[in-house]
Amino acid sequence: MFDTLKSRIYQGKQFIKDIQNAPMRDQFRGFPILKEGAEVCDENICPTGALKTNPLTIDMGKCTFCGACERACNAIEFTNGYKLASTDREKLVVTPQSDYENYVKSAVEVKKEIVKTFGHSLKLRQVSAAGCNGCEMELNACSNVNFDMGRYGIDFVASPRHADGIVITGPISKNMAYALENCYHSVPDPKLVILCGACSISGGVFQNSTELNREFLEKYPIDLYIPGCPVHPLTFINGILSYIRK
Amino acid sequence: MLKIKNNSKVNLSDIPVLKIGELRDEIIKENKRPIGFFGKDWGEGRIRLFVILEDAPELLVSSAIFEADEKSYECITNEIPSFHIYEREFYEQFGIEPLHHPWLKPVRLNQDKYEFFEMKGEEVHQVAVGPIHAGVIEPGHFRFMCNGETVYHLEIMLGYQHRGVEDLMVKNPSNQLAESICGDSVIAYNTAYSQMMENLKNIQVSNKAQLIRKVCLEMERAAIHIGDLGAIAGDIAYLMGASVFGATRTLVINTMLEFCGSRFGRGMVTVGGVNYDLSDEKIERALKTFDKVEKDVERMTNTMLKNSTVMSRLEKTGTVSEERAKEAGLVGMAGRACGIDVDSRFDFPDKWNEELGIRKKAFKASGDVNSRFKLRYKEIRESFSIIRKCLAKLADYKNDPLITNGEDMAKDAFVVSIVEGWRGEIVHIAMTDNDGKLSRYKIKDPSFNNWYGLALAVRNNGVSDFPLCNKSHNLSYCGNDL
Repeated sequence: MFDTLKSRIYQGKQFIKDIQNAPMRDQFRGFPILKEGAEVCDENICPTGALKTNPLTIDMGKCTFCGACERACNAIEFTNGYKLASTDREKLVVTPQSDYENYVKSAVEVKKEIVKTFGHSLKLRQVSAAGCNGCEMELNACSNVNFDMGRYGIDFVASPRHADGIVITGPISKNMAYALENCYHSVPDPKLVILCGACSISGGVFQNSTELNREFLEKYPIDLYIPGCPVHPLTFINGILSYIRK
Repeated sequence: MLKIKNNSKVNLSDIPVLKIGELRDEIIKENKRPIGFFGKDWGEGRIRLFVILEDAPELLVSSAIFEADEKSYECITNEIPSFHIYEREFYEQFGIEPLHHPWLKPVRLNQDKYEFFEMKGEEVHQVAVGPIHAGVIEPGHFRFMCNGETVYHLEIMLGYQHRGVEDLMVKNPSNQLAESICGDSVIAYNTAYSQMMENLKNIQVSNKAQLIRKVCLEMERAAIHIGDLGAIAGDIAYLMGASVFGATRTLVINTMLEFCGSRFGRGMVTVGGVNYDLSDEKIERALKTFDKVEKDVERMTNTMLKNSTVMSRLEKTGTVSEERAKEAGLVGMAGRACGIDVDSRFDFPDKWNEELGIRKKAFKASGDVNSRFKLRYKEIRESFSIIRKCLAKLADYKNDPLITNGEDMAKDAFVVSIVEGWRGEIVHIAMTDNDGKLSRYKIKDPSFNNWYGLALAVRNNGVSDFPLCNKSHNLSYCGNDL
């Protein structure tokens, strides 16, 4: 009993006070910047085809933020900007004209009815559809004492019946397609669909696999795209916050 | 059988080709632990079956060819039970039936054809869970056969995570793909893949790169083990432990982020070496962090283990006896917790074990959750000891290159690369054709062996203890499903 209390006092407060302005280590590979001269980079160095040189773009929906292009080519740089979520698939494509500040301002389109319905509390059901457990571990970390997502009323729940939306991780295998669709239908309306990580947004490193079935994504509307490989907890929490808060 | 070394290349033509009957006799005579048992399309409807057995510090390799009209053989499982999952996988991938196999069920495909065991009688009922579970975890289906509250047997049906990784590896191998096979063992998987390619391309990795890989591998082990101690604490509703271990794990993975830009070590290891150097400043900061981490883990573990309500939940829950564990062929941490002496870091030692004085330490195993809890704590401390030794040694190799370039891939080669990830041995096996291209890539995750161990662990336990049994094993779905 006293040991437990001592440990508790010793640990003190662990939570990050201001999630929306939390500092990020410089080494983190986040929002990419394309500088002059990046056209000559070899696009084959990218394992997922996220880097295109004609015209010059990086698609954050495909990017695994592995840094291979940055190491091979000085004109590409990954900044530590971690607010990467967007409501629009097209906006995930970074061009030489893009810069992080403008991206953060414009990437998430805030809708009145979403803020009104989900702004105070958002319960999510996560579906791992052939994910590698990377995104899953980071989503679990969102609820730990450091990030403490629950303080904003955002939680992962056990049943889709209790949820306001689903978060999909992984490239969606054939074997998971049925369970995923079933889960979606079990969530009461109105509901959100959030794609989390490069795999779910584009198939990522698995995009050429013959074992995938991504029809679900064509059938149903997607509300929010959160890039990353895996998605950093700060990226996830800030992405959700920017979508459901004014 | 041909004797080969871990992490080395042999010519395909050196591997003996037997008749399946002869091969079967030889396997039964050797009676060794299987590490690989897989087929390869050998042209004209023929299938070549490769077998790799552990004979530490070496490996035994042999093979047999099935002609186009040979579609079955007498199974090995009835003689050596640990072959059960390998034979099921071989049947699923190549359609050659092991006759009289006790449970020839699907491994990854055709889940709708899976026939569960049935049990009849009063108070008998089934509980079906999954593929989508209550928590944020990967998908898998569990079927409990219960007698009242007690689990009689658990069947685990997997395959939901199947992405065809082995085929993708042959077509388009990359470090990024290797990292995404199992995202909680990034360093281990990527190291196994890189070692494989380095053998094929004849690359000698610099000492510096080897040490950095070792540091990261042990950091990965420590971080996940600390997280798992927290998860076990969470599953017995000891939330203090869950919070403290969770926060402590964050310190380790954030150090990894400082090293290579990813909390799980993505981008660190590459074919030929490592991508990022560790500056003195980074090392100094990391060592300070590790001091704190070790202290915090020790403090919290001791607090927990002194607590009688904690111990009553951990002790004698989910026990697997050493005998059963050996039969099922458990490997890695789950095996060691039952008393099986298997750790590829020491079974197939590299030169650093001797140079840095890294020795195997004994562990008194009892096979229950308590044993798995304490083993994790022991391995965390050992990992930090190895990390410190490697980081100290790194100063000797300041001028070594980070990445070494190689030649084209060797033709008609066969390579086995084993890395001890935090779950256990991760085995990558590759073959090249006569153009020097990959023609077969086989991956074996420790979970492939250990899922059956979880099924054994929950027998005669309350169904409510399943989460605890499950979390104390923490097996991989994607590593199994590939």
